[in-house]
Amino acid sequence: MKFLYLAYAATWTIHVVYLLYLLSRYRHLREERQELEKE
Amino acid sequence: MKRSSILFALVTLALLSYAFYQGMFVAPTEATMGDVQRIFYYHLPHAWVAFLLFFTNFLASIWYLIRRSERSDALALASAEVGVVFCSVVLVTGPLWARPVWGIWWTWDARLTSTLVLWLIYVSYLVLRRFVTGGQTQVLAAALAIFGFIDVPIVYLSIRYFRTQHPQPVIGGGEGSGLDPRMWIAVLWNLAGFLALAVLLVRLRYSLALAENALEEAHASRALAPQQAEGGPAADPALKLGDKSR
Repeated sequence: MKFLYLAYAATWTIHVVYLLYLLSRYRHLREERQELEKE
Repeated sequence: MKRSSILFALVTLALLSYAFYQGMFVAPTEATMGDVQRIFYYHLPHAWVAFLLFFTNFLASIWYLIRRSERSDALALASAEVGVVFCSVVLVTGPLWARPVWGIWWTWDARLTSTLVLWLIYVSYLVLRRFVTGGQTQVLAAALAIFGFIDVPIVYLSIRYFRTQHPQPVIGGGEGSGLDPRMWIAVLWNLAGFLALAVLLVRLRYSLALAENALEEAHASRALAPQQAEGGPAADPALKLGDKSR
């Protein structure tokens, strides 16, 4: 069962890390947009 | 975020939860491998979805070379990136299943090696797009994607034409192959759940790519505005093209 849990945990870790990466890029994009509007 | 996107995310979450329940609690325990065989319900759908995403990247790349469409380029990028994520799951769950069943983490057989090569091809594609600058980056990336896709049928057929440590196909493998119907149901629920997750991620990445392109164009036009006012070199249209390779 250890390997089964490890495989499921690894799968969700990879997806969550990728989702967080996308969200951080969205946040960065929003900040850049706001800076551009200020200029 | 639009209401439709939130609704789609909730449906995806519900599908994945039910698929997890099917794979862990409803599907029967496999006779020889035991519970560790349940890794199959994550491993196989991720491989199929990765193939589908690389096929999408292949079609979008062809379309980009024909039409030079910004949207097809963004779709090619999004599908390749999410495809690499799904292929990474295949390459991680495979060894975690192999260790207790085969006694080894990895072997250089045709299926495993061609899958690793596939992952490396699309990682190279993403590296090319991220770090190579210049007007031809997208064209080069599209060409790489088209040639890179040749590896997908090689991965799929490798267990049919070569003797491999990886098991022969249980689905569409001919006489003696097949799955218990309850296992099939778990496979299909997981396939539906992860396919929905892939669509959600591709949509997010596609919108991000388009928004980044728009921002770069806004930056470029802002930088060129004073020069245009002075009648400077901004008249050169090539200067207006931002690097959209990301």
